Order: sequence, then structure tokens, then C-alpha cells
Amino acid sequence: MTDQGIGAPVRRKEDFRFITGQGRYVDDINRPGQAHAYFLRSPHAHAKIKSIDLKDASAAPGVVAIFTGDDIAADKVGGLICGWAIFNKDGSPMRAGAHPALAQGKVRYVGDHVAVVIADTLAQARDAAEMINVDYEVLPAVADMAAARKAGAPTIHDEAPDNQFYDWELGDKAGTDAAFAKAKHVTKLDIVNNRLIPNAMEPRAAVGEYDMGSDSLTLYTTSQNPHVARLVLSAFIGLAPEHKFRVIAPDVGGGFGSKIFIYAEETVCVWAARKVNRPVKWTADRTESFLSDAHGRDHVTHAEMAMDENGKITALRVATKANMGAYLSTFASSVPTYLYAPLLSGQYNIPAIYAEVEAVYTNTAPVDAYRGAGRPEATYVVERLIEVAARELGKDPADFRRMNFVTQFPHQTPVIMAYDVGDYDASLTKAQQMHDTAGFAARKAASASKGKLRGLGYSAYIEACGIAPSAAVGSLGAGVGLWESAEVRVNPIGTVEILTGSHSHGQGHETTFAQLVSSRLGIPIDNVSIVHGDTDKVQMGMGTYGSRSGAVGMAAISKALDKIEAKAKKVAAHVLEASEGDIEFKDGKFTVKGTDKAADFGSIALQAYIAHKFNGQELEPGLKESAFWDPTNFTFPAGVHICELEIDPATGVVTIDRWTAVDDFGNVINPLIVEGQVHGGIAQGVGQALLEGAVYDAEGQLITASYMDYTMPRAQDLPSYNVGMTITPCPSNPLGIKGCGEAGAIASPPAVINAITNALGHENITMPATPEKVWKAAQSSPHKLAAE
Amino acid sequence: MTKVSMTVNGKAVSGDVDPRTLLVHFIRDNLRLTGTHVGCDTSQCGACVVHVDGQAVKSCTTLAVSVDGANVTTIEGLAQGGKLHPMQEAFRENHGLQCGFCTPGMIMSAVDIVNRKGAGLDEATIRHELEGNICRCTGYHNIVKAIGDGAAAMGGQKAAAE
Repeated sequence: MTDQGIGAPVRRKEDFRFITGQGRYVDDINRPGQAHAYFLRSPHAHAKIKSIDLKDASAAPGVVAIFTGDDIAADKVGGLICGWAIFNKDGSPMRAGAHPALAQGKVRYVGDHVAVVIADTLAQARDAAEMINVDYEVLPAVADMAAARKAGAPTIHDEAPDNQFYDWELGDKAGTDAAFAKAKHVTKLDIVNNRLIPNAMEPRAAVGEYDMGSDSLTLYTTSQNPHVARLVLSAFIGLAPEHKFRVIAPDVGGGFGSKIFIYAEETVCVWAARKVNRPVKWTADRTESFLSDAHGRDHVTHAEMAMDENGKITALRVATKANMGAYLSTFASSVPTYLYAPLLSGQYNIPAIYAEVEAVYTNTAPVDAYRGAGRPEATYVVERLIEVAARELGKDPADFRRMNFVTQFPHQTPVIMAYDVGDYDASLTKAQQMHDTAGFAARKAASASKGKLRGLGYSAYIEACGIAPSAAVGSLGAGVGLWESAEVRVNPIGTVEILTGSHSHGQGHETTFAQLVSSRLGIPIDNVSIVHGDTDKVQMGMGTYGSRSGAVGMAAISKALDKIEAKAKKVAAHVLEASEGDIEFKDGKFTVKGTDKAADFGSIALQAYIAHKFNGQELEPGLKESAFWDPTNFTFPAGVHICELEIDPATGVVTIDRWTAVDDFGNVINPLIVEGQVHGGIAQGVGQALLEGAVYDAEGQLITASYMDYTMPRAQDLPSYNVGMTITPCPSNPLGIKGCGEAGAIASPPAVINAITNALGHENITMPATPEKVWKAAQSSPHKLAAE
Repeated sequence: MTKVSMTVNGKAVSGDVDPRTLLVHFIRDNLRLTGTHVGCDTSQCGACVVHVDGQAVKSCTTLAVSVDGANVTTIEGLAQGGKLHPMQEAFRENHGLQCGFCTPGMIMSAVDIVNRKGAGLDEATIRHELEGNICRCTGYHNIVKAIGDGAAAMGGQKAAAE
């Protein structure tokens, strides 16, 4: 390990520009002659558009153009797509409704895009939008899944008259039912996984630009995956062929999934830029973000776990309803299916599992992947069930987990996944030691003496990252392959540019990727720059989500570096006048076995370009290599989080007193950055458990559409975190990395709720466990009543 | 249009603005200082915090004309003589930022906290004082550490100067 290489807590290279105000986000970009777009959005959750009168608005000062769904249709702009095909139990395909970028004849949620006004200034566009007269015929709306599935409910899409998008299953139903019939104990739980709004701090934004001379488009966009955006906007929506379409995602201020997707706004901005032959810019205000960013979670589940006479789990049966919202977002269909049910085995050896999932349209914003995407929902089901089962059986929840852990690897679950490696007991034991779980009883007694209820909750999570082997996901319905690409360009003086298809929006790739290069080539990280986020620079890529940039993105870089090393050895053999087989490369130095002949990496790079020392017909000059890495398996980060909290039964206020996380992410490139990812994930999970929840009223109005109404976790709501690691290197990629980006958000909600229910002595609480709910629940707490 | 003049990061600036122009838009659009960010529209997130006459204000709810004649410091003006401010150093050293979007507002608020509360800040005080700044990436752990360290460094600098 060098002081800058793999494993070192290097301070981030990208920080200088962020701490000095020199970051360059999409809203910081202004193009010459730029006009501004303002979207007129539906105030109704469900309505027919009878007519749109643009007369007054079109004549308003500064207005360049106003477009509606008719213009999109006339130009044959394709609809927004959902890129993962799911099939119903009977084999028929999912029932997908059309998703035009501007509404055509009907609006389906509050915030749906009715028209776009393009004007010289944003204020003019906004003022003109107020002058558009839309004649709506308001239709009855269905804001929740129960209402949407009731007989006679209004139909949202004609393709799905009963609002059922799909009805899907995974696992062995007969085998699972048989195991339940033989069970000695069955634990049953009804679970709501609350709807969340991602809230990256940078609102979404887009600048579309058209160059008439070359007939080409450029889109600056807040994207986690600019190449996927270009692919969809080009191949499916049909705005321009890829070779005449550049997508740039510069600094992006957080994503958490919400910036994976291809939305109406960027589609319209880049399409309209050609129409008006001026750059067109749009930046969401926060309320627009609340209304129109894809939301997350929103599951309602009934789950049952069967156990034998020894408390060994024998089967799991899960029925989930998943809210899709009014339209299908880009990867919406995959989240409650293949990103969810295959994780229902958790860290446990469960011989039989059956899951059925019904996806439902409602008159709400589209729902898609949000940090963890399906895996937090699965973990919440498993870790709540196992905690309640332990309590019902009178077993210690840690020991009960331990006796059911998978201990032999590889382990094939009954729901697709083959766990490759892990040591779940090691994480649990280390977490218990770090947390001082042995001292809990004394701390609980101390709390009780102050009239407080103290609880401790475990969560032993597993997730599937390193998304994903292309052929495997293809067989499950994915419309794309999920490899990653890399190009390593060595300059003649030995500095290096890495072009990657991964995209950094907070993850610190400019530092960690440079650390890998430093370790491999023996050069300082300052001699390495990471190029990403521009389809004109990086040939192709699949982007950053699903904790894949380390396990997949860096694996591609590693593969390209292998080729660089092989080529450089050939050059070194000529330079050092030795046979290629005798050349060794270590710590940035080429040496000849058994001699003192040596050359450093920089001088060999120079020789590769000068090409004086070898025959250019036999060995190509230059030093530049590229690679695509397609994973052979998912990776399986896993760990144990312990939450300990105190409830004030007089106010219902929950105070998290200590948090311990022990995660196994495989090998770690930069522990500082990895711990930061864990901290942020926990905060989002605690937010889900205690504070956050999207609320629609019965008419489909979003009640929580600002920071006055939607409770974001603030510094005072959260504890400091005690973070530790265990390591079992991942066998399926050359770096042994599993991925760390989502773990905290996956692990933490059940840890919090298990702690609250442990404190209360009953299970009657739902997320978010607000003070009002906790106060009510505390009034019937046997622990409170016993104290009185 | 109304003429507005002020000193920003030590430089006299002026511009003709629509009277409804917010200070953040004057800073971002007229002065092209894009380090000050807009993260919400209800004065909650704090990404837009700048100093006006030495005090932290949210520039997204301040009219540009209302600070006519004032002395404004933005994140771009915090480093002096090519040297980072101790609070900037502390954010980098403690990994107190990820995506960087809330960071300018966080740092400007942090400096203001130290100016008001002194250099010896405990964790509870820092967490309480951050009520007006939202971060979605870091879970605040490293921001709290950074502010504690930055405060101590500012205190040391002040003591050395005295």
C-alpha cells in the first residue's frame, strides 16, 4: 500500500473546487442566446384536457414559443420508456400505459406536464404560463393502491383497465405452502414501506442546445448516467442519432437514484432547442422536485415466516403491493420485482420462499429506484419478521439470527441469488462488541429511572450490488446490459487520464479511481485525472447506481490497466534490451529479472510514443487501452447495524443514543469515503424510519411538497455513528470490492423500528414513527404501564 | 429596473435589476458567482447562505435592492491571499462533503456559528445551530466534526493574531 494507493484514507481531490465555490453544476451553465423554459403543470390528479387556449400567453412579453402535447405528437417524439419487461403470472406482458413528455388529452397526476413556455427570461415564461387557459374535465382520482384496485375505480390507463400494471411471482409456491403446513410456529406481519421523496440537494436541471451547422444536439443534464440518457433520447425517443447527440452531466449534486431516469423536462428542453434554434434552460424549483422527481418505496406487504420446533426458519411467504404512480419511470418495473424478491432470503438459510407482487397505477408521481431500490423493502420485511419471530419464541434476537445464518458458501437461495462469500457471524459479533450490547440492560434501567423507554434493535442486511451480469439481467427482462467501460490514456510524460462510464455525483470517483491507478502504476494521484460525464469524451458507459462504480466501474479500469501493463512491458523489453518474459513491473518501475537494469513508468511511456526503440510495424506506438467489464455475478455486501434509542413517553420524541454499523464491503479502496457513504445511507434510512413520508390526500394533491411539510433529517435529528468493517473479499471481480453506496439506507429502517418496538413492548408502529405516532403507541406500552 | 450597488468579496459591483430580483440571483446571474446555490424555495435548506455585513443570511429570501450598499461575502470570497479559510480546510480534512451542493452554504453558516458562538463548540451546539442547513449526502457526521475542527482552527488563528 502506498500512502495514496488502495486502502489509504486519501483526502478527496475534487473537494478543492467544491469548498471554494468552483463546482460546475448544470444550473451554473449558461449558453449564449439562451431562453428559459417553464412547465405548466396539472393542478389536478386526474383530468381530461378539453382544450388549451394559448392566445394571451403567446402574446405575452418575451415569449419565444409555447408547446403542448400536440406539438410533441406532430413531431413524432417518442414516449418516455420503461426499460425492464416484467411478465405476469400467466406469462402475459406487463400492461404499460403511454408516457408522453407533454400530456396528450389527459393528465394523470398533480405536476403532470401540460405545456412548456419558452421565453427570454424565466420570469417572463412563468408570467406567460399564468395566462394559459386550460379547460379541464376533472375525473375522479385514486391516490392510493387500495382505492385504485377497488371494483369500479377510475381507469388511469386504458391498457390497464383495473389499474393493475402487473401481477408477478417468484419462487416455489407449492413447496412454500407445504413447508407452512408443517410449521411449528408461524410469524405474520403486515408491513407498510412508506413512500419517500429523494431530495438530492441539487434540483434537476437541463440545458438543451442545437447547432444548426452540424445538425447536432447537446444536452447538459443532472444525470447519474449520461450515456443511458443519450441512448434512450436517441434510440427510443428519437430526438437525434447518437453520433449527433452529446450529453454532458457535469458536477451533479446528489442523485440517490432520482437522476438515473430520463424525464419529460430534459426531453422537452433538448427537443425545443431545435424547434426555437436557441439554447433552452430549465431548473426545477424545490416544489417541482417534490411533484415530479420519481419517488421511492411505497409498498404494502403481508409477510409470513414459518419455523420448525427448533426455531429454524423453514419458509417465507410474501405478498406485496407496489405503487407505480401514474406513469412508468425508466426502471420502475424492476424495483419491486428483481431488485426486491431475490433479496428476501436475507442472511438466512431459508429452504422455501414464495413472493407475489402486484404493481398498481395510482394518480401520483411515478415511483422508481431510490437509494437501495427494492433491497431496503426486502430487508425491512425480513428483519422485522425475524425480530418479531424471535420475540414470539422468547429467543434473543441476535442468537436467533445467528442460528439461522447462512454459514456455507457459495449458497444458492431459492430466489435466484447465489451468495458467493461472507461471514455474517463475524459482523454480528463485532457489532455487538463495538456497541456494548452487554451493557444495554444497565442503560435501559438508567433510562427507566428517568421515566424513559429504551430500546435496542438489530438489522442484519444483505444486498445485491455490482449490478450486473448482462446476460443474467437480460434473461430477467432488462433492456440493457449492465457492464462498464474504461479507457486508460497514458500521456508521453507518464501522466494518466482515465475515461470511465461511471458518473460521480458525490461518491468521490476522482479520488478512489486515481488511488487504483496510483497503486497499479506507482504514480501519484495528482498525475491522474478522471474523465466522466460527457458522451463526446467517454465512448459508452452505463453510469452510477446500485453501488456499482467500484465493483463494476473500477473492475473495467483494472482490466484496461492490465492491458496497459502488458503493452508497457513489451516497450520496456525493447528499451531495456531484454526479453519480454524477463521484464518485471513493480512500484512504478520496470526491471529486468536478475540484472540492475531499470526504467520508470514515465520513461517507458515516453518511449512508447517516441517509438525509436522498436519496430512500429511489429509493436504499435502509443500507450492507450480500453476495456469493458461484464460482471460474472452480483456482489453481496452484508452487515449488521444496531440502533439504540430512548423514547420520552410524555412527548413521543425518539432520541437515537448510539448507532453501530459493521459492514462487509469486501476490499475497501478509501475508508474515509466508504465510511462517509455509510453515514449518509444511515441518515436516509433514519429519515425513512422517523421523519419522512410523502402524503397525498384522497384527491391526489401532494400535501408534502416543500421543506415546510416534508421532514428532511437535520443534524439535530441524527446521532454520530460508530462504523466498523469486516472483510471477505469479493471473488467475482479483480479488486475484491462489493460496493458500499446503499448499505446504510438498506440496513437502518428495520434497526430503528426494531429498537422502537423493543422499547415499547409491542409491534404497533409504522414508519415514519413520528412523535405523534410514538406518543400514541407509548400510551399502550406494557413497559410504560409497568413503570407507572 | 433599479440600480443596485454593493461590495461583493471586496469588490465594488453594481447592476440594473428588476426590483423583485433576489440577492442569490444577482450574485449568480449578474456577477456569475455560481458557488452560492439554490436548493429550495422556502428558505429551509441553506445552500444559498452568504454573509451580509458579517452576518449569515439566506440570499434566496433577500431582495438584492434590500442590501444596497452592503458588504457581501460569498463562498468565493472566503479564501484570502490564495490560502483556504480554516473552515474550508476542515471540511476537506474531515470529508465533510460529498456532492458539494450544500457545501458553500454549510461553510458560510459554519463560519457564522463560530463568529457568534466562539471557537469552543460542542457537538450539541453545532447540531442545533445547523438547523437551517440541509445535507442529503453526509448524514452530518463529518460536517459536525469539520465544524468543530474548523472552529478550533479559527480560534487558534484569532489568538495568534491578538
